[in-house]
Amino acid sequence: MDLLEFARGPALQWSVSIFIVGVLWRLLGVFLLRSKKDLSEPRNPAAWKGLRLIALRSWPRREFLEGTAFGEVMGYAFHVGFLVSLFFFAPHVLFFADVARGLSGTDLQGLIGFRWPTLPNGIITLLSAISVAALLAVLVHRLVNPVKRLISNFDDYFSWFVTFAPLVTGMAAFAHLAGWPYERLLAYHLLSVELLLVWFPFGKLMHAFTIFAARGTTGMIFERRGASL
Amino acid sequence: MSAPSVGEFLRSRGVTRRDFMSFCASTATLLGLPPSLAARIATALEQARRPSVIWLPFQECTGCTESITRAHGATLEQLIFDAISLDYQHTLQAAAGDAAEHARAQAMKDNHGRYLLIVDGSIPTGNAGYSTIAGHDNLTMLKEAAEGAAAIIALGTCAAYGGIPGAAPNPTGAVPVGEIVKDKPIVNVPGCPPIPVVITGVLVQYLTFGKLPELDALGRPRAFYGQTIHDRCYRRPFYERGQFAETFDDEGARRGWCLYKLGCRGPTTYNACATVKWNNGTSFPIEAGHGCIGCSEPGFWDKGGLYQPLSTGRWGDARTVGTAVGVGAALGIASAALARKRQRDAEGG
Repeated sequence: MDLLEFARGPALQWSVSIFIVGVLWRLLGVFLLRSKKDLSEPRNPAAWKGLRLIALRSWPRREFLEGTAFGEVMGYAFHVGFLVSLFFFAPHVLFFADVARGLSGTDLQGLIGFRWPTLPNGIITLLSAISVAALLAVLVHRLVNPVKRLISNFDDYFSWFVTFAPLVTGMAAFAHLAGWPYERLLAYHLLSVELLLVWFPFGKLMHAFTIFAARGTTGMIFERRGASL
Repeated sequence: MSAPSVGEFLRSRGVTRRDFMSFCASTATLLGLPPSLAARIATALEQARRPSVIWLPFQECTGCTESITRAHGATLEQLIFDAISLDYQHTLQAAAGDAAEHARAQAMKDNHGRYLLIVDGSIPTGNAGYSTIAGHDNLTMLKEAAEGAAAIIALGTCAAYGGIPGAAPNPTGAVPVGEIVKDKPIVNVPGCPPIPVVITGVLVQYLTFGKLPELDALGRPRAFYGQTIHDRCYRRPFYERGQFAETFDDEGARRGWCLYKLGCRGPTTYNACATVKWNNGTSFPIEAGHGCIGCSEPGFWDKGGLYQPLSTGRWGDARTVGTAVGVGAALGIASAALARKRQRDAEGG
């Protein structure tokens, strides 16, 4: 079995399995917790209105803009680039379609009711490059800013690495970098994605699953207590 | 009287000097040599004595033999191939019966240490009776013939890497030549079948320089297997632009767009199909509208469906992922139950 076959086969099966185990473990572990009864009189009974915090926290607050602008801009640059590359690059869509076929016996349309178009490779390359640049910028910022450096731990740096690696290896595979064999670059890309999947549930990357639920819950609590969002 | 040289032989077959020099120049190019070396190839070929060649077809479909001997009309490549002294090839000599076996034994004795051994087909290591020739099993025959060979050419994917006979579940225990013979230089010329000019190119190099070509990590001549099909594919610009055929008869397919989505393995397949082409340079599979199936790569038959894109996973059965869902759910429920108990205890305390 060569490296690419290993990456496409056993490594993929194991990493996805670990990912599923970890994500279910953490999500069920949190969502099945008993919520503490709030015995106070609600100042605003329509607590659900607090769900708007999900959107509000996705945009910088004017009064803090000076301090958060860098993080906001880089955060958006990275996330948009990463997610568009992930979901709109033709080979990635083929991967998802294949997963859909495995799960439902049909294609994406059959499984989720719709499919989506792919973007030209030039746009994907540009967005990936922006994403890589943003990741490098936030790393440098983390390293030179004394406060951020002080509060950073292994999780921060390793999560950064496992996010950075698939982007770089993916771009290298697409560009057939430096004449390296495509199958080796593709294998490295898959293995880096698999490392990301394995680490995902156990580090800060898990925020992808919890962030909106956490914001919504916080918003509803705030709303009930009459706090300003 | 000594055996005629290759040059004498070709002249006797009516090959003109112009055709011969043209062949030498194109062979130099194929081998990645500077054009100036064409003259040296011509001189060396003219004077080269016809080497004795013993060809052993084992577990194979005769496609490799067909490719070399019948691919198209009489060409210089074929004549060069004729110009070797093919002393044994039992598929071609089947009618000769026992006499063919005597010819093999005689050639091995007369040219001990000097003959080239060509093997196509894989070697069964299970029951010796799976594949026999004139009562001899393949494994014994290979070991005997390899012992006195100057070098071995493993022709076709079966001989080079096990090929289709070696594909799962490999009922005959098929192995490639390289797993049996360890003490002789082996050149792998994979392909199902390999391109005719690749084998003649290897022979020309051997006749000209008296040595085998430079090989890659998988034992293939770099001159022919140095680049992927994708590297030299005329449809590559469509890949770069993200223009793919979705089915074999859609608008994209008619416009000649990239076949990546239809399972083309060109990006991971090293061969010269896109440049040398087939049927006297007419076309190659991608040009005919079908993706590359990666036939010159080890284990190509076991690398998933031929129409499964390269970017898709190999999931095996659903048990692994299904088990993961069950284990994850159980762990989550258990840890939540534990946390609830702690909550209750804390409130009670």
